[in-house]
Amino acid sequence: MFNAYEVNTLVYDPGLCNGCAKCVEVCPHAVFKMDGRLAELDNPQACMECGACQLNCVTGAIKVESGVGCAAAMIRAALTGKNEATCDC
Amino acid sequence: MIDLASISALPRIIPIKPRLTFRNHWDHILARIGVRRGNHRVDPGLYALGNPTPESPVFVSANYTLSFDALRSALERIDGYILVLDTKGINVWCAAGKGTFSTDEVALRVMITHLGEVVTHRKLILPQLGAPGVAAHEVKKRTGFWVEYGPVLAKDLPEYLKNHQATPEMRQVRFPMRNRLELIPVDVVNILMPSLLVAALLYILGGWVTSAAAATAVFAGIVLFPILLPWLPTHNFSTKGFFLGILCAIPFALSVVFRHPEWTWWRQAGQALEFLLAMPAVTAFIALNFTGSSTFTSRSGVRREMFAYIPAMAWTFGTGMILAILFAIIR
Repeated sequence: MFNAYEVNTLVYDPGLCNGCAKCVEVCPHAVFKMDGRLAELDNPQACMECGACQLNCVTGAIKVESGVGCAAAMIRAALTGKNEATCDC
Repeated sequence: MIDLASISALPRIIPIKPRLTFRNHWDHILARIGVRRGNHRVDPGLYALGNPTPESPVFVSANYTLSFDALRSALERIDGYILVLDTKGINVWCAAGKGTFSTDEVALRVMITHLGEVVTHRKLILPQLGAPGVAAHEVKKRTGFWVEYGPVLAKDLPEYLKNHQATPEMRQVRFPMRNRLELIPVDVVNILMPSLLVAALLYILGGWVTSAAAATAVFAGIVLFPILLPWLPTHNFSTKGFFLGILCAIPFALSVVFRHPEWTWWRQAGQALEFLLAMPAVTAFIALNFTGSSTFTSRSGVRREMFAYIPAMAWTFGTGMILAILFAIIR
């Protein structure tokens, strides 16, 4: 059965990781874990694209198209032509 | 002559107690049902909880009463400072997503309150859910303060403060029944009330069964869906909603046969189909809109879901409505 959440926009380059573990700390869905000295993707499917890891990664090893996963906000944005970040929660 | 430095040099520290009053609880109830949305605010600034010393920890929060009150009531036996950011009355996580709980705002608020002169250490404890808006290393660069991300929930702070380490459990966001139930009242106020008007209108046009069907589909979407979310089959909110909507439509579809045994089979089937098509579409649409209230849906996933299922919702709803009109004409 089609699962819209099977893939997401999270991309991680271990080659740039400096092992600070900030991503493990900020992720609310345990997507990362430390594997020895470097961070490793443990559960990438659980990513909700909040962008916390990308913003707190000093070396730029993490890229994700972050945004709010809210259909109501996107529908309103489509109808009004406004920026979709402006949800009213 | 007025010494300009003396005007801005004195930060005002507002004393605050951890204990919540009746007025606070009443304010929380109003916030939960969406009364005066956006007005459940605390003044941004620096607050003193208990009897803090220059060595006491500094906690950062949003200026939404539910956020601020959850923090101070969790710190019942702790002396410390609370630095309240101006998030326009929005909770920490949403404000971080919108960019009001941000690196800029943390830096600005540290500067305005002269925090560096109030405390001797250089450490800020931020809620973990503020991280989508704050770059810890950037705050350090701009203010000299280290950002430490505390647990997701303020209630875990006393445990966290023992060694400044959050367990993996404290770092994970969940969506338990309690939280899902808390979200129902505001949607009841926002959606159910207007829907009752529509239901009243449908009563005039199609009788009480049609009216009850509309009310049931909406009720399923805003009340039953959040409660049953983890147990409904499939991953997508839309398909979960379709499933729930079909369950709710079945009794209405069957009722046609019992209420009108004298009708020809095609008329019975047609009328039953009205319910089976229109009701699930309504429930599924409301379910899809619940993605924003949940704690785990990604933007790209929600977008895929919208493109995949909104057309189906429109088609089934439209077909159901056309059938209803056709049969109303025949009658």
